Amino acid sequence: MSEKPKSSQASIAPRAEASSFNWAQWFAEYGMLLVLGLLCVGMCLTTISETHPNGSSAGTEFADDIIQKHGADKQVLVVAGVTKEDKGFVEALAARLKESDVEIVAALNGFPGDARKILSDLQSQDKKVDLIACNSTSQTWSVWKVMRRESPQIGTMEVVSPESYYWPSFLSAGNVLGIIDNATIFAIIGIGMTMVIITGGIDLSVGSLLALAAVISTMMIRDLAGGADAGGLGVFVCCVTAIAVCGLLGALSGGIVLTFNTRPYVVPPFIMTLSMMLIARGLAYIISGNQTIAGPDLPASFNWLGAGTTFGPVRNPIVLMFVLYIVAHVMMSRTTVGRYIYAVGGNTEAARLSGVPVKRVLLWVYTGCGLLAGLGGVVLASRLSSGSATYGNTYELFIIAAVVVGGTSLSGGEGKVFGTLIGALIIAVVQSGLNQQGVSGRKQELVLGVIILAAVLLDMLGKRAVQKRRSKT
Amino acid sequence: MIDSAENAPLLAMRGIDKSFPGVHALRQIDLTLRRGEVLALLGENGAGKSTLIKVLGGAHRPDEGEIRIEGEAVNIHSPADSQRAGVGVIYQEFNLVPSLTARENIFLGHERSTATFVNRGDEHQAAIELFERLGVSVDPETLCRDLSVAHQQVVEIAKALWLDARIMVMDEPSATLTPKEIERLFEVIRELQAAGIGIIYISHRLEEIFSIADRVTVMRDGGHVTTKLIDQLTRDELIEAMVGRKLENEFPARDVIPGKPRLVARGLTRGDAVRDVSLTVHQGEILGVTGLVGAGRSETARLIFGADRLDAGTVELDGKTLNIRQPRDAIREGICLLTEDRKNQGLILDQSVRHNFGLPNLSRFSSRGFINQAAEREAFAEFIDTLGIKTPHQEQQAGFLSGGNQQKVVLAKWLARECEVLIFDEPTRGIDVGAKYEIYLLMNDLAAQGKAIIMISSELPEILGMSDRILVMHEGRVTGEITDVAQATQEQIMQLAIQ
Repeated sequence: MSEKPKSSQASIAPRAEASSFNWAQWFAEYGMLLVLGLLCVGMCLTTISETHPNGSSAGTEFADDIIQKHGADKQVLVVAGVTKEDKGFVEALAARLKESDVEIVAALNGFPGDARKILSDLQSQDKKVDLIACNSTSQTWSVWKVMRRESPQIGTMEVVSPESYYWPSFLSAGNVLGIIDNATIFAIIGIGMTMVIITGGIDLSVGSLLALAAVISTMMIRDLAGGADAGGLGVFVCCVTAIAVCGLLGALSGGIVLTFNTRPYVVPPFIMTLSMMLIARGLAYIISGNQTIAGPDLPASFNWLGAGTTFGPVRNPIVLMFVLYIVAHVMMSRTTVGRYIYAVGGNTEAARLSGVPVKRVLLWVYTGCGLLAGLGGVVLASRLSSGSATYGNTYELFIIAAVVVGGTSLSGGEGKVFGTLIGALIIAVVQSGLNQQGVSGRKQELVLGVIILAAVLLDMLGKRAVQKRRSKT
Repeated sequence: MIDSAENAPLLAMRGIDKSFPGVHALRQIDLTLRRGEVLALLGENGAGKSTLIKVLGGAHRPDEGEIRIEGEAVNIHSPADSQRAGVGVIYQEFNLVPSLTARENIFLGHERSTATFVNRGDEHQAAIELFERLGVSVDPETLCRDLSVAHQQVVEIAKALWLDARIMVMDEPSATLTPKEIERLFEVIRELQAAGIGIIYISHRLEEIFSIADRVTVMRDGGHVTTKLIDQLTRDELIEAMVGRKLENEFPARDVIPGKPRLVARGLTRGDAVRDVSLTVHQGEILGVTGLVGAGRSETARLIFGADRLDAGTVELDGKTLNIRQPRDAIREGICLLTEDRKNQGLILDQSVRHNFGLPNLSRFSSRGFINQAAEREAFAEFIDTLGIKTPHQEQQAGFLSGGNQQKVVLAKWLARECEVLIFDEPTRGIDVGAKYEIYLLMNDLAAQGKAIIMISSELPEILGMSDRILVMHEGRVTGEITDVAQATQEQIMQLAIQ
């Protein structure tokens, strides 16, 4: 006997696999990624526009450009407008030019009038100006032409500015990070929703739990932890408490669902979480007294989770989201709990008869979903520096849409958490695109509805093609 | 030479060929059915019977071949075409809406109506006439979910009759019927025969074939093996034709001598379904449990396994009283149950065979909650080898496997658990002769290892051929025990089962 092959796949010849590349299979697995990609390409194409370099990096680059083209023996006036970007541009440009021993006669952030004044001063000091280094704003000022006509003795006063280029504004780092940032709340809560839906259930209460967590965390910080002067630990405890309350309410939903799950005594998840949706929203209104808990009552540290940037340009909630997704993915694909969640959704009775602790799995899943909804609420409150019972209205629907667009079956048993991330991103990209095109809120809903429907239909078509191929064995 | 309509057979399928990617499911199949005839269609699982039936029923389109009904070529592209051509297919899983009445199901999609209102009276009368024709009394206004399986089947037949079916296909019609119900089914079939209807009858139970069929067509590996009049065949010849080799015995010889008691159940009770049932299984023993459907056999097994709650009673294993509240507890104690309903209780059909295999065994393949998938794959590969599970790969969805291979996956998942007590509920239902034999061998092997086995079965030859001891149940009670199995007869068991 020869040695046994390690992998069983090797020992049994594939029967149903077609030898050619299986497009249908590929599409069923990665179709949503393709949709997201196409959306992004579309957005890029429609947002291509002339881009004028500005800011400090453009300044540095432009300095090198000037030295290369005009040499270092020029007298240069550096001018730009008054925005933050303009200031960075001037600062970096001037610094770099100085490094290369270019004489800078003056550096200005201001208005055309200021430029005129400076030039007049220079003239009176008998100084020469060969180059005026501008950005796109200052380049267009008519003061240059006027001065060249009126006082030619100052020098050539050649206006130079960095070359503009065409680039989709969609692809700017700021925009991309902004879109991901907008998707974080849906995406984070979507993890819990995905797990619930994989067990064959649904959780309509997440939007309300989000509001409840936002209200509880901000109110506790205001009233118990010391308001605007609250310390880090106090803020942390308040947030954890708010999240825990949502976890408890999730557990309550789960507990009732699993207690009444044998026919004819059934409380379906839909009804249970619908009730919880109303209860939690009501609680949020009652607790907050219908008032928004606003920024002045909250410490700056509260902002860290929702809007801080501990990791460079990437906002903290984005980091949090990716960490949660990796953890959830590992849990769903590599652990016993994950396997049990799929099994319960695939066939509850078969799972139970195979020794799966069905009740514990359901309890855990609904609790987890509640906790994540609470976390989403705290992140939102932190980002907006305020808490209100109106937060998260209809979020549950968008989150369910993200899960379904991500390829998770509402009938349970199959789905992937990363699919939900893709789904949430698709929704965020569409929303951002519509905002850029100036489409109003009501019309946005319509477009979003159509896009979600189209995405799901595409997914179904892909799956049906695979099924057709496979069922013929 | 053209057949006139008079002489042409009722149904002639010629040169039917059908391929699926990687599988040649039907190879040039010919099949002829005459008026008023019962043609048994035989073959192991995967022989192509279902595919052939699906071609006739319009669920599949053949790649090649011709179908003639009463000499006329017909094109069957959809189930509706098939119905219109006069074909009624009664699948194993009925196509009835459980929440509608028998009458509503019969006329579903073909309601008798004036304007838009359903004419209930007409329908009711027509339904009664249909049932009378079949010699069965069913109240047309009963909800289908309240009807017995046998009566649901009658409703299916009535539905086909209402659509003027001249050809009726029955796929394993007797699988879930009691012997008495099967007798009644045969009477119905004879009624249909008398009306000139041709019947294609698919079954794994050879006794039935010999008592009802006129002719037999045997298929193997998608091809046609033989078609003969039933009188020209012996039982052994028939099995040989199906399996393609000589089968020495239907049941392997047993030489295990039972030892000390292992599982002892006392006074198990749950409602009216199980009443004060006590049983003992010894080391190395196969205890056969039989009775009519509804006698409480499966329910007793579920009680031992913790699938249902006990009202009263105790279960001991090796002298230790167990506290079993749910299947998880039973599994931990080394008891496993192979349920009779593979599709709904044994497997998660939409998930891979590997995941199905791993489900009760995750504790074995995991540490601190993390699953070692390589170990799982390796263990499953071994079972695929030893049990001969035919699957293209471990990630294949369980639902795409044939019945026999599905059962082997269920077996594998429990064998990997290394249970001490194995309860097999109808272990060979819907499984072909060859695979049955393998499962019997495996049961013997397990018994030889000293395990205790309970085998629940409705098939009396199987009970008599495999058991060391037989318990017969009736209406939730144990009504008899047969210790001298070698001398027992089917009649003796039936006496106890009917009481």
